[in-house]
Amino acid sequence: MSSHGGSAGPSRKSVELGVTLGIALFGIIVIFGSVKAGINWGAEGPRAGFFPFYVGLLIVAASAMNVRNTLREDDGGVFAEWGQLRQVMSVVVPTAIYVGALPFTGIYVASMLFIAWFMRWLGKYGWLTVAAVAIGMPVVTYLIFERWFMVPLPKGPVEEWLGL
Amino acid sequence: MEELANLFHGFAVALQPFNIMVMILGIVLGVIIGVLPGLGGANGVAILLPLTFSMPPTSAIIMLSCIYWGALFGGAITSILFNIPGEPWSVATTFDGYPMAQQGKAGEALTAAFTSSFVGALFAVVMITLVAPLVASFALKFGPAEKFAVYFLAFCSFVGLSKEPPFKTIAAMMIGFALAAVGLDSITGQLRLTFGITELLNGFDFLIAVIGLFGIGEILLTMEEGLSFRGGNAQINLRVVLHTWKEMPAYWMTSLRSCLIGCWMGITPAGATPASFMSYGIAKRLSRRGKTFGKGEIEGVVAPETAAHAAGTAALLPMLSLGVPGSPTAAVLLGGLLIWGLQPGPMLFVEQKEFVWGLIASMYLGNLAGLLVVLTCVPIFAAILRIPFSIVAPLILVLCAIGAYSVHSSTFDVVLMLVFGVLGYLFKKCGYPLAPLVLAIVLGDKAEEAFRQSLLGSQGSLAVFFSNALVGTIMVLGLIALFWSALQEGYSRLRAATA
Repeated sequence: MSSHGGSAGPSRKSVELGVTLGIALFGIIVIFGSVKAGINWGAEGPRAGFFPFYVGLLIVAASAMNVRNTLREDDGGVFAEWGQLRQVMSVVVPTAIYVGALPFTGIYVASMLFIAWFMRWLGKYGWLTVAAVAIGMPVVTYLIFERWFMVPLPKGPVEEWLGL
Repeated sequence: MEELANLFHGFAVALQPFNIMVMILGIVLGVIIGVLPGLGGANGVAILLPLTFSMPPTSAIIMLSCIYWGALFGGAITSILFNIPGEPWSVATTFDGYPMAQQGKAGEALTAAFTSSFVGALFAVVMITLVAPLVASFALKFGPAEKFAVYFLAFCSFVGLSKEPPFKTIAAMMIGFALAAVGLDSITGQLRLTFGITELLNGFDFLIAVIGLFGIGEILLTMEEGLSFRGGNAQINLRVVLHTWKEMPAYWMTSLRSCLIGCWMGITPAGATPASFMSYGIAKRLSRRGKTFGKGEIEGVVAPETAAHAAGTAALLPMLSLGVPGSPTAAVLLGGLLIWGLQPGPMLFVEQKEFVWGLIASMYLGNLAGLLVVLTCVPIFAAILRIPFSIVAPLILVLCAIGAYSVHSSTFDVVLMLVFGVLGYLFKKCGYPLAPLVLAIVLGDKAEEAFRQSLLGSQGSLAVFFSNALVGTIMVLGLIALFWSALQEGYSRLRAATA
């Protein structure tokens, strides 16, 4: 099923550096937020930002060490081939659309379309199998979660029309 | 001797036909809850609590505790088959359980996990029966400094014993602490790190992080390698079960050690999650096959499962004898007791003998029933493995979304889950361990609270963590664990220099 096209791709070193710098930036945001919350002693002892401030400092310090180690240990390897990354994006993008659609369509309609798309496009299944799973799963989900465990799930116009 | 007589009376109560029925029902519901990602033991018990209002208190608590055992057993199933830990204490089970499933040894891994869970829980129940009053009075002496020392030990063992680079482990762990700190500060009631975003007021729930980092992240990794599902076909039948059982006595030492770690961590408020990680780490250090841990070693399944279940069961001890719940699920059970008008604490043993001993007896029987139910249902779990990935993947993604949504009934959590999923993929590819991150999200609040309370008591002096023999010993053990690799390296250099 995989369509690994070519052996080129982003280098491991550059992606690792990017992730490490992202983590360091997160650490800086934590430090900034902690300072705003107060990092010294108040009437009730250490203030709200006291603990996360040191956590932020540790994130930045550990990231500095990780940048140093990444620069030292460059093996010239590839993080992943472009074809592999395309495969990953073929799940991330539709899942993001699915997640974005949830508040508007409700979980059942969105799940049906998502499962159908996944099975038909990536799995190349026949329409009958696709329909059985895509409709069956939300029905089972409804029975287990909403009926059995009484966990309300997000609903949209179709569920309202059906009176669920 | 009086305890023994009470226990037999308890068995008579638990063995009534109605109670046996609720026991089996509870186990089955619990396993379903454990298998569904995002619906953990505490949530499941909370959701099903209203079902038990019409029952007598003893039957009700038997059913709820059996849901708990079932959820504990069920958590291992998704960890091993799909690398999705349903509960934080199942995270360590994925390290070796999932590689075993990928090698076609899912049957062995599941049998080992279920049996170890049973052994751990049984050990803890025997402990509860025999030494309850003594141990409970000891745990009563724990102040904030001792609590923090236990957390410190758990986190340090991670850095020192992890196979990932220590600075990556520290970075991942601190990200977890930072995420745990977001939202309302429990001590001062002040908001922090929310940056004006109202959705962040409640902070980050570890379940959302777990579902994203492990569930979604793993699907993305599998997609990268093509659509083949790496679980493979598993031969699971009575022969596999018996074969695995024959192998298991060889790990008696690991098992016993994990039981002791589990009971200790369960009674002290550290809980099942650090117990499972600590037990796994120590087993990895001490085992002859330690080097192959993480590649599908059955001992790597035995150690965390035994400890987690010993801890999960032992956590009920302080709840029953002191009224202090040792775990979130124990806290929900405590809520149930209060609803029925029972006041947990030492007086419960005097005033409600039948109830207490009926519950303790049901712990023995419930775990036995649980083992039988999950083992006989193993072929059903095996069938899940044979479904092609292009069907399983969207179903898991939808279940993850439902799980993430149902934690706080918030679609923002589903978005967060996806963000954590992409992070999980990147982190795993870049060698950042995910387990310490999750553990820090789970325990961050409690560790911070203990830390700040200790400092408050000592006017800011860190000497409070070495102020008595108990806290000092735990802290020193933590420091040894933290610098374990450096100490080992120094020792081998010293030997090489003197040789």
